[in-house]
Amino acid sequence: MIEDIVNLFHGFAVVVQPYNLVLMVIGIVLGVIVGVLPGLGGANGIAILLPLTFSMSPTSAIIMLSCIYWGALFGGAITSILFNIPGEPWSVATTFDGHPMAQQGRAGEALTAAFTSSFVGALFAVIVITLVAPLVASFALRFGPAEIFAVYFLAFASFVGLSKEPPFKTIVAMMLGFALGAVGLDQMTGQLRLTFGFTEMLNGFDFLIAVIGLFGIGEILLTMEEGLSFKGKAAHIDPKVVWQTWKTLPRYWMLSLRSCLIGCWMGISPAGATPASFMSYGIAKRISKRGKNFGNGEIEGVIAPETAAHAAGTSALLPMIALGVPGSPTAAVLLGGLLIWGLQPGPLLFVEQKDFVWGLIASMYMGNIVGLLIVLTCVPVFAAILRIPFSVIAPVILVLCAIGAYTVHNSTFDVLMMVVFGILGYFMKKFNYPMAPMVLAIVLGDKAEESFRQSLLSSGGNLGVFFSNVLVSTIMILGIISAFWSVISNTWAKIRGKEATA
Amino acid sequence: MSHSANEAGGTGPSHRKGEIWFAVFMGLMGALAIYGALKVGIGWGAEGPKAGFFPFYLGLFIVIGSAINLLNAMREPETGKLFAEWSQLRQVVSVVIPTTAYVLAIPYLGVYVSSALLIAGFMKYFGQYSWLKSVVVAVVVPLLLFVTFEQWFLVPLPKGPVENWFGY
Repeated sequence: MIEDIVNLFHGFAVVVQPYNLVLMVIGIVLGVIVGVLPGLGGANGIAILLPLTFSMSPTSAIIMLSCIYWGALFGGAITSILFNIPGEPWSVATTFDGHPMAQQGRAGEALTAAFTSSFVGALFAVIVITLVAPLVASFALRFGPAEIFAVYFLAFASFVGLSKEPPFKTIVAMMLGFALGAVGLDQMTGQLRLTFGFTEMLNGFDFLIAVIGLFGIGEILLTMEEGLSFKGKAAHIDPKVVWQTWKTLPRYWMLSLRSCLIGCWMGISPAGATPASFMSYGIAKRISKRGKNFGNGEIEGVIAPETAAHAAGTSALLPMIALGVPGSPTAAVLLGGLLIWGLQPGPLLFVEQKDFVWGLIASMYMGNIVGLLIVLTCVPVFAAILRIPFSVIAPVILVLCAIGAYTVHNSTFDVLMMVVFGILGYFMKKFNYPMAPMVLAIVLGDKAEESFRQSLLSSGGNLGVFFSNVLVSTIMILGIISAFWSVISNTWAKIRGKEATA
Repeated sequence: MSHSANEAGGTGPSHRKGEIWFAVFMGLMGALAIYGALKVGIGWGAEGPKAGFFPFYLGLFIVIGSAINLLNAMREPETGKLFAEWSQLRQVVSVVIPTTAYVLAIPYLGVYVSSALLIAGFMKYFGQYSWLKSVVVAVVVPLLLFVTFEQWFLVPLPKGPVENWFGY
């Protein structure tokens, strides 16, 4: 514990180096822009910018990329409140009360509340990460292949049980992701598979291409279909409004704490920021005394989803750091970055790459403070970006996506695949197939398969290996429970409903 | 959003039919995975499970899952909910086609020239901007990208005859 604190301060020393501070500010600003623009989100924004970091040291690179993520989390709130357009899916719930507040001329108050609660949520999650991640990692060092597979199983099973999409659509999307990840050279036998004779597919599908296509191109196609025109409220925040809003915020400490907890829970189990924000909003509406007024510009309706979304978005990095299992597509992209920079994600990071891990954790603290200051002072600038017509922004985003896809492997075939993924993403979105589990499956496919086959190899093909000791059985059973979570909770609700009427 | 499409009263393909076809498509992808897995062997080899072992079961899951999604979609009554209006689909297609052309042009023209063409075309066609404005943006953006990638971050991007002509 003491050692961790020493390491954390060492991390701060790394982060406050001028070069890293500059990268941090660049990252936040780019992140907010990415969060404000439709068609660019945290995940594919980072995926596009990843190639720019190849020449940096891993620590500097992760500082810049994670700051893009914080920036994107902040940026989503700006468009939700001022334009009633959620820049990111997790800020949809913020529009419910944030935009009415802006219409009543309380935009400054709403933005201040949103940014501050985002900050609080993120800070809470970072503290959780600081305290819990090293413990989880040291625990996970003892894992064998069977336990590792069980952890993957738990992560993917939670998607099936917790996501709001129909479970079989989640399964199909996820399995397709695994299958795409399996294309190419089989790492264990050295055999080629699923390439159907195409040499371009030797190396399989890179998930970065999938991320850029699914989230970038797919989103542009959706936006074109909806024919967006941006009409926003004017925004400026003066220090007086900030101060007055801050004075009222401590009153809602209970709400904040609850939202933080919901966010952390949903972030660590890979349900993600979007359901966390909706759940937090829903519960706040039910519990609050002013619940009836939710939807008409209630400040609590801004605090609840923003706190939870940021707590979830941040804590999604916990399993990524400690176990090498990302909790969200953005965390997955960061994990992909680790591999490219030559680091092996997983519990060993805490032992072998202390500087990197603690630099990352320290940059979460610093990045959120810097982020809060930047968004509070620069809202009008960021809001102005949305006034650039979509017919100018869209081709520029398309170009950036293409360049991002090309630079992953310097391959023009990848750029074509990006367009294919974009079209697939458009249909998946229209038919309600979740993309996050698919992306995570492409990333983790090889590792999940490897641990699965290694476990079977050691047991001689007996599936009982996944229930051979207390630890692995516990994780597997947790996984099975979370896979059937929606079924279980529905049945439970029915039983209780019957008891109540009887 | 597809909900708003209904209120506008336009016509278009039905959402239910789209759902059915997409489930069939996903099922076919699963069948493809099974076929590919069978070709490399799904059994037990000298080094444990063969290369096709894992993909085979993935394919099986996809096929079964898609079959259930297909049944669910077919059981649903036709509500008149649209996938999208034809006019909306026309918008989507009119982005997909230039994007595809753009991507196919990159190996021959290089990123910068094709990007300039895409931006100018997009602004002219969708934004009804004047040629002057479109051309200015279409030249400035690739130039900025050139400076950022080639000069600042030293990431080489595909180049074509025009860049060669300038000596790059």
